[in-house]
Amino acid sequence: MASYKTNEFKGGLKIMLDGDPYNIVENEFVKPGKGQAFNRVKIKNLKSGRVVERTFKSGDSVEAADVHDTELQYLYNDGEVWHFMHPETFEQLTADETAVGEAAKWIKEQDMCSVTLYNGAPLSVEPPNFVVLEITETDPGLKGDTSGGGGKPATLETGAVVNVPLFVQIGEMIKVDTRTGAYVSRARDD
Amino acid sequence: MCHAPGTTSPQPQVTPPPAFAQSRVEVNSWGPCASPEVLRARARMLADIRAFFAAREVLEVETPMLSQAAATDPALASMRVEDSGYWLHTSPEFPMKRLLAAGVGPIYQVCRVFRAGERGRRHHPEFSLLEWYRPGWTLVELMGEVADLVRHLLHRPEQAVEFVRYRELFQRELAVDPWHCTPDSLQAVAHAKGLGEDLKLDTDGWLDLLLTHCLEPKLGQAGLTFVHDYPPSQAALARLSDHDPPHAERFELYMQGMELANGFQELTAAEEQRRRFVFDNAERQALGRVPVPQDEQLLAALVAGLPESAGVALGLDRLLMLVCGADHIDQVIAFPIERA
Repeated sequence: MASYKTNEFKGGLKIMLDGDPYNIVENEFVKPGKGQAFNRVKIKNLKSGRVVERTFKSGDSVEAADVHDTELQYLYNDGEVWHFMHPETFEQLTADETAVGEAAKWIKEQDMCSVTLYNGAPLSVEPPNFVVLEITETDPGLKGDTSGGGGKPATLETGAVVNVPLFVQIGEMIKVDTRTGAYVSRARDD
Repeated sequence: MCHAPGTTSPQPQVTPPPAFAQSRVEVNSWGPCASPEVLRARARMLADIRAFFAAREVLEVETPMLSQAAATDPALASMRVEDSGYWLHTSPEFPMKRLLAAGVGPIYQVCRVFRAGERGRRHHPEFSLLEWYRPGWTLVELMGEVADLVRHLLHRPEQAVEFVRYRELFQRELAVDPWHCTPDSLQAVAHAKGLGEDLKLDTDGWLDLLLTHCLEPKLGQAGLTFVHDYPPSQAALARLSDHDPPHAERFELYMQGMELANGFQELTAAEEQRRRFVFDNAERQALGRVPVPQDEQLLAALVAGLPESAGVALGLDRLLMLVCGADHIDQVIAFPIERA
């Protein structure tokens, strides 16, 4: 089984702890003037997202987590799970609701997503930073108001609700920043 | 005090100047990490150190970086120069003591030392050490000189200095007595602080954990803090006092939560030194580390007679961090190890 020594610790390293995969967020080497050295790390549980602090004796080994990121294409949702496909090998993988999480409200068929695999199965799904989605529902608002001042809620084809300027209408395509959930612009046909 | 899991430890109260904004290490870049201002501050610090000791008639010496012997201290990993059979020194302590035994009087040295596996915000495997020895001086006298030098190099002649015994520090801050505790009682204190839930440590290991995680961040926040009178098990190369119970005649200097210097009333008894070498190497073996050759020449010098002396080693890169307000050691080193 692969393992890492504490001197290999750095941000981004994936380790196993108490049966769960963790990502090292921050690693600090601490040592008294004479005596035992420690690695004090901030780690994120990749299943729960919780960030905790742990201290290891320097020189100790920790099991490596079989976790890596890959770009997969989102195919469809069958009502229960989300189906993804590797663009080159055409291998198909399914992700459950826990893994897809917030990404569910942003992704639509054929979008490329960054998927974190743990033991070969999707652990988490990151939507693209920007997505273009159609507005399916919003108040008509005032025709001709292009000032951009104020705003109104709009429901998108994926079910997400974002705040949009008053002049944006049903049926229009808009660009959204998935990291903040903020409207960016109308999508132009280019 | 200690922080619950999920929070960060307090950082030293320094504001990095803008020059540091882009200075974190990107591997494979040819440029230096330290800014020209910091390089100049380093040169000025070295010049100030030499002037300080010249005025006090302390002799500058050079001793070999390469040695046939290595540091036996289980907490230190010496680097070996392949094929040569020599080790890079972790400090110039042993040959400098041989000079003391030869009667050269007070001496100091500025040199690079090497410690494998030490890398972090305040650690670099190759670093600059200032080490000096005062034959005939007490540890209290030496602490006074360390304070004088550090205040001079920081350009803060009025900087406050405080002294605290290791034992009182633990009693005051953690309500434990390092002289009367067990691994279990220390583990309970650590667990109550949310620390070390899956660590297996001995008494000194737990004390080190509590010191580094809970106490260190608070030390030297009002100036210079000398922690002194260490547990006998942490004597390293210090003499034990003849009190009952005894303590190691050793100090550490802290400033802004950072350890800067370690000093000893030097052990002069050859037999005790030999016993510690043997004990250290047995400990190394128990920990699965390779035993290293002990310094027979130091032992011979102790037999010949080392004058009663106080000695100290001060980390210059860390001191420069304080001078420049840096929060990472890479900001004061031209080429950190990843760019070496």
